[in-house]
Amino acid sequence: MKNATAFRQHLRTRQLSGRFFVALFLGATLSGIFVLVVLVADVFKDSLGWLDWQFLTSYPSRKPQEAGLLSAFFGTLWLMALTALFSLPVGVGTAIYLEEYSPDNMLRRLIQTNISNLAGVPSIVYGLLGLGLFVQALAMGRSILAGALTLTLMSLPVIIIAAQEAIRSVPEVHRLGAYALGATRWQVVRNIVLPTALPGILTGTILAMSRAIGEAAPMIAISALVYLTFIPVSPLDRFTVLPIQIFNWVSRPQEDFAHLAAAGIIVLLIVLLSLNAAAILVRNRYQKRAEE
Amino acid sequence: MLNSLTSLETRKLDLWYGNFQALRGVSMIVPRNQITAIIGPSGCGKSSLLRCFNRMNELIPGSKVKGEVLFEGRNIYAAGVDPTEVRYRIGMVFQKPNPFPKSVFENVAFGPRVNGITGNLEEIVERALRRAALWDDVKDRLGRTAVELSGGQQQRLCIARALALQPEVILMDEPCSALDPVATLKIEDLMRGLAAEYTIIIVTHNMQQAARVSDIAAFMMMEEDRAGALVEYGTTSKMFTTPRDKRTEDYITGRFG
Amino acid sequence: MLPEHLGPLRTAAGEPLLSLSRVRQRNRLKERAIQQLLFACALISVLTTVGIVAMLVVQAAGFFSEVSVVEFLTGTQWTPLFQPQHFGVMPLVVGTSLTAGIAILVALPIGLASAIYLSEYAQDRVRRVVKPLLEILAGIPTVVYGYFALTFVTPLLRNVFPDMIVFNALSAGLVMGIMIIPMVSSLSEDAMVAVPRSLRNAAYGLGATRFEVATRVVMPAAVSGIVAACILALSRAVGETMIVAIAAGSTPKLTLNPLESIQTMTAYIVQISLGETPQGTIEYYTIFAVGLLLFMMTLLMNLFSQWFVRRYREKY
Repeated sequence: MKNATAFRQHLRTRQLSGRFFVALFLGATLSGIFVLVVLVADVFKDSLGWLDWQFLTSYPSRKPQEAGLLSAFFGTLWLMALTALFSLPVGVGTAIYLEEYSPDNMLRRLIQTNISNLAGVPSIVYGLLGLGLFVQALAMGRSILAGALTLTLMSLPVIIIAAQEAIRSVPEVHRLGAYALGATRWQVVRNIVLPTALPGILTGTILAMSRAIGEAAPMIAISALVYLTFIPVSPLDRFTVLPIQIFNWVSRPQEDFAHLAAAGIIVLLIVLLSLNAAAILVRNRYQKRAEE
Repeated sequence: MLNSLTSLETRKLDLWYGNFQALRGVSMIVPRNQITAIIGPSGCGKSSLLRCFNRMNELIPGSKVKGEVLFEGRNIYAAGVDPTEVRYRIGMVFQKPNPFPKSVFENVAFGPRVNGITGNLEEIVERALRRAALWDDVKDRLGRTAVELSGGQQQRLCIARALALQPEVILMDEPCSALDPVATLKIEDLMRGLAAEYTIIIVTHNMQQAARVSDIAAFMMMEEDRAGALVEYGTTSKMFTTPRDKRTEDYITGRFG
Repeated sequence: MLPEHLGPLRTAAGEPLLSLSRVRQRNRLKERAIQQLLFACALISVLTTVGIVAMLVVQAAGFFSEVSVVEFLTGTQWTPLFQPQHFGVMPLVVGTSLTAGIAILVALPIGLASAIYLSEYAQDRVRRVVKPLLEILAGIPTVVYGYFALTFVTPLLRNVFPDMIVFNALSAGLVMGIMIIPMVSSLSEDAMVAVPRSLRNAAYGLGATRFEVATRVVMPAAVSGIVAACILALSRAVGETMIVAIAAGSTPKLTLNPLESIQTMTAYIVQISLGETPQGTIEYYTIFAVGLLLFMMTLLMNLFSQWFVRRYREKY
């Protein structure tokens, strides 16, 4: 026989503890966001007064008042452009091969597992690969080209996985309709699959780029300079990038350099914010078109 | 038997998906410029047989074909025959309308473009759309996306898409099963009009439709090991009034299926 | 009805289009070429792995020709830049483990709690705002986190621990933990969301509260994915470079005291890369030996997490 009073008492305890834990879970979730806000506020506060036009247009200098990140900024732009140029075709090509051409055999599974593992390799190991392969073995020196190729290899797994997902989301019936009209496999890919998958592919690439340009470790490993007083004009020039410049300033004991670092961080965050906003815009614009 | 009245013929056709045999020993003749309906209970292999005619089964990994499918006397499964050429001459309309996410014009122009047909695309598109009884509905909105059209209009668009290539045979896999009765009747009218110039093979699970629309009927059934086999085929009127095989009679009178 | 019949299509030369074979042959060659090209792209990813392994092994061989593997793995002092030189990697490994351990201690409870909240409690509106915000945490460059650790967290902690040195494992570990919260949260959430509604409904039908459903039905059903998420996050923490290079110090030390200054494997590689170490010297080869060890550790962790999911995936 069930004891109603005991049950109701127990139920109240269960409900109270449930409510307690919800508050705990919510608090935990919000704490992450809270730290994010504190971080951005702190950096912003530290950069006040140091982020000005002179900062954006000067080269680094031993005197904090005269230092700026012009060379690093252009290095980042160069690197981003070249990396996108190399990684987009290779990444998309790999995804197309895996999704549209490859039979489902051991080789395909091997390639797929390999890509997942490559996504988890620490970025500094990619830097070491770049150092041994591009800088030394292929004798490219410590150039933008070597850096871009290194970041390309690092970004490929991310782009491939995003492109594969985009390609997989193209409805099968569209492919069948095209095949039934006598289209060859490449014609189906080029005319049906790629146009439909393009927004997903572009979004994935932009996000991969935004990750790549925030990475200092691999560029340090291939010895991008930390103190550069010219703007690179060719892919064979030496270079530096924003995160390395920031790292350099953070590493110095004088307080003024900390402010420079904060200002540099704001610039970097703005660049990243623009990239991510572009990715969201691309996705929304194409989603609207698909719904028209 | 090469006969000017025969468009397609299968000879002892077997089909496997991996280790599962889907069709066994199908031998039949599809006459030119007639509507042949393939009927039978669900799962008996009707759609699989249809897909053998334009080699679409090959897109399913693990599929294997034995026997012959002759088109104008030539085996389309012979070595050296390009499946894309087969599909250029034998068109297909699917069960659920599947227009590409492109404009109406681009949908119909896709087949000619992809097969390298030069010439006045606007003319080809207009004639295909007229032939599919869709021109009046879309002539003012050729540039708008095809996804906006109603179900029946989309299916007629898919028919126009196939017609743009001027195929000799049109395969239709339950083309009306996703449509309402009004749209269905429109498509059946269209089919009868097309039969004068095209050979049409239609798979349908709707017997009344088969009786309304087709000249020839082929009845299929699933055997004990789930392989599909052809039970009998002949003129529709004969098959529906005096079927030779008892299984056909049972199915037609509704005792199963 | 009079058909508007086009008649059989003909080419410009007047031949019937049935003879498409020449066009088709050209297309067939083009198709083959495209397929080879795409396969070559796919091969690049395979070659990348081969390249990483080959390069690390070949360069590390320059190190291991002078220092035995045993001494490397079991030695307790790491002083390649000073005389007398010692090449025992344990201090670096311990430094890495200490910071990564602190990170996972922070990220695991918070990440898991977020995952539970987002998958079992949060309304759609809340999820749509909170999830992207957490993703932003994942997208912040690690130099920024390093700056935060050094200039904000360390001074804050020194109010609590006055004896703490400026460079210490605790600040770096805490900030690393914050960085990997989104990873733990979103991977665990994926695992929990994949648990079918029918299981939850069965529990509700038996009178369970939402908390009980979340902790006694959903979490156990998703445990293999949650464990995998933690291992992957740990692997990420082990491979992290800039936060520890900036905030944890450059003194390899065999200690488990988080208030002390240490050096991780990754920070060591950065230190040498920034210096003027000439190529071909044993000091130069140390970065590849350490890099090889780092690569193997993270690879093993990732492979283990994949294996774990395959082996222990719950069948609903």
